Amino acid sequence: MSTNAGGCGADPAFDLDRPWCVDERVAVRPEPFGALLYHFGTRRLSFLKNTTVLEVVRSLAEHRTARSACLAAGVGAAALPAYERALATLAASQMIRQRAGSESAGP
Amino acid sequence: MRLVEQFELGLAAPICLTWELTYACNLACVHCLSSSGRRDPRELTTAECREVIDTLERMQVFYVNIGGGEPTVRPDFWELVDYATGHHVGVKFSTNGIRIDPGVARRLAASDYVDVQISLDGATAEVNDAVRGAGSYATATAAMRNLAAAGFRGFKLSVVVTRHNVGQLDELKALADAYRAQLRLTRLRPSGRGADTWPELHPTAAQQRQLYDWLSARGEQVLTGDSFFHLAPFGEPLPGLNLCGAGRVVCLIDPVGDVYACPFAIHENFLAGSVRQPGGFQAVWRDSALFAELRRPQSGGACGSCQFFDSCRGGCMAAKFFTGLPLDGPDPECAAGHGAAALQAADPAAAPRPAPDHSHRGPVRGQAGPVPVTILSRPPARACDESPLAGFAGRGEPAAALRSG
Amino acid sequence: MTEQAVVEATRADEQHSRTGDDRLAGDGTLPGDEALVADELLVEEVSIDGMCGVY
Repeated sequence: MSTNAGGCGADPAFDLDRPWCVDERVAVRPEPFGALLYHFGTRRLSFLKNTTVLEVVRSLAEHRTARSACLAAGVGAAALPAYERALATLAASQMIRQRAGSESAGP
Repeated sequence: MRLVEQFELGLAAPICLTWELTYACNLACVHCLSSSGRRDPRELTTAECREVIDTLERMQVFYVNIGGGEPTVRPDFWELVDYATGHHVGVKFSTNGIRIDPGVARRLAASDYVDVQISLDGATAEVNDAVRGAGSYATATAAMRNLAAAGFRGFKLSVVVTRHNVGQLDELKALADAYRAQLRLTRLRPSGRGADTWPELHPTAAQQRQLYDWLSARGEQVLTGDSFFHLAPFGEPLPGLNLCGAGRVVCLIDPVGDVYACPFAIHENFLAGSVRQPGGFQAVWRDSALFAELRRPQSGGACGSCQFFDSCRGGCMAAKFFTGLPLDGPDPECAAGHGAAALQAADPAAAPRPAPDHSHRGPVRGQAGPVPVTILSRPPARACDESPLAGFAGRGEPAAALRSG
Repeated sequence: MTEQAVVEATRADEQHSRTGDDRLAGDGTLPGDEALVADELLVEEVSIDGMCGVY
């Protein structure tokens, strides 16, 4: 296994209005409290603390934007900043990545 | 709920676990946590191992740390590694390097889901071989050379910290850097053969402080397997979860399929069940009485009122158990100093004995083993013969069979 | 990031969010305290080598 010393160098300001998805090297394991995400490349483990953030993460690939994934999962306006921070953390650790233009979303 | 609190209550499946594949080993390290050396006749068959992997896949265990003994001496080792990585279970295996030749190294470098951890306990042959046996430093460094040459960056150099190597931390870091490996330091526990050597080998209190300062300065550059959370009272906690994962987020599957809370606690008191029982490993993880007990909220006992309890969590269960200390009291190496008094009061003869013992019965690579060495009164048969057995009829080196395997 | 750092980051987040409304309610809590409690970090991270019991 060679280490991936590069990374996407994620911008700290997370862009909610872009299409995102879970990285292919990440395993998602639902738990009663939320979920565990394990990245086989970085060997880092992320702990999602509720089932809503799990639903957001799981559904990212089906939405045109991360914002619409949040709304569809029932995240209200007041709570949105916390979810944005959560997604920013996951992007910074390469658990999620932006989808390329060729990767289509659901409706 | 904080992550730590959630984990202490246990999870539906381990995050990762240690799987000792065989008790056979070409070495006889004086502190071996699993008292390895001789294969056990009841070891899991290849088919049984595949079933275990199927279960781990079903449970979504993220990866296994395969060890032993020396796991690469099993003829089906590579088949099982491939089976695991082909079934969504990552593999890191721990080895003394004996089978890591250039071809093997190239194959490992090409795999995304296999990591390698080379065991070494000194930056020089003199310090290392005193613990791991004559020639073991050479074997380990040859393996590292092969991995580096094959382009495998970031494999692990894993060192058990002892009284004799704690002064070589900078050199060990330099060694890892030279091979583009990552240094990993772990705690010596009085487990397995370590029960006998721990009193002389474990770092002194002053050396523990030195070690903590050195690790703090290096943050996440140096891995520790979270084995130094008992040092948290010295200052900021080191990177890691800072909790005992035994039976909660990790456990051990041993070569005969027995499931223990932790690889440092191979003793019937910490035996949760067997993968061979109905329901297999999944049933053991979910339903065993031992694990249910470990997952109950712990009060901390005598440590509960200590100001440092929140960060040290009472230290290591195995360290307490095998030094004969009560589990609800201080760790023998308690950073606040409470363990020292407890050790004085404990009767070493009454401490539990690790079991089972698969140690070699005779000398191996210059290690005396559990059989006391007799100093010969006659000169060696040939002037340059190193073996004390040269010239004796009917005794061969027990390790010879393994070397040819 | 260590557990300690995560906890501190959580507190820092909560401090930073405490803008605007400083009126105390009768029992001494700020209005919107419940929202602040809910506004903790939703993601925590650790290295897989960071758990004890795997050698």
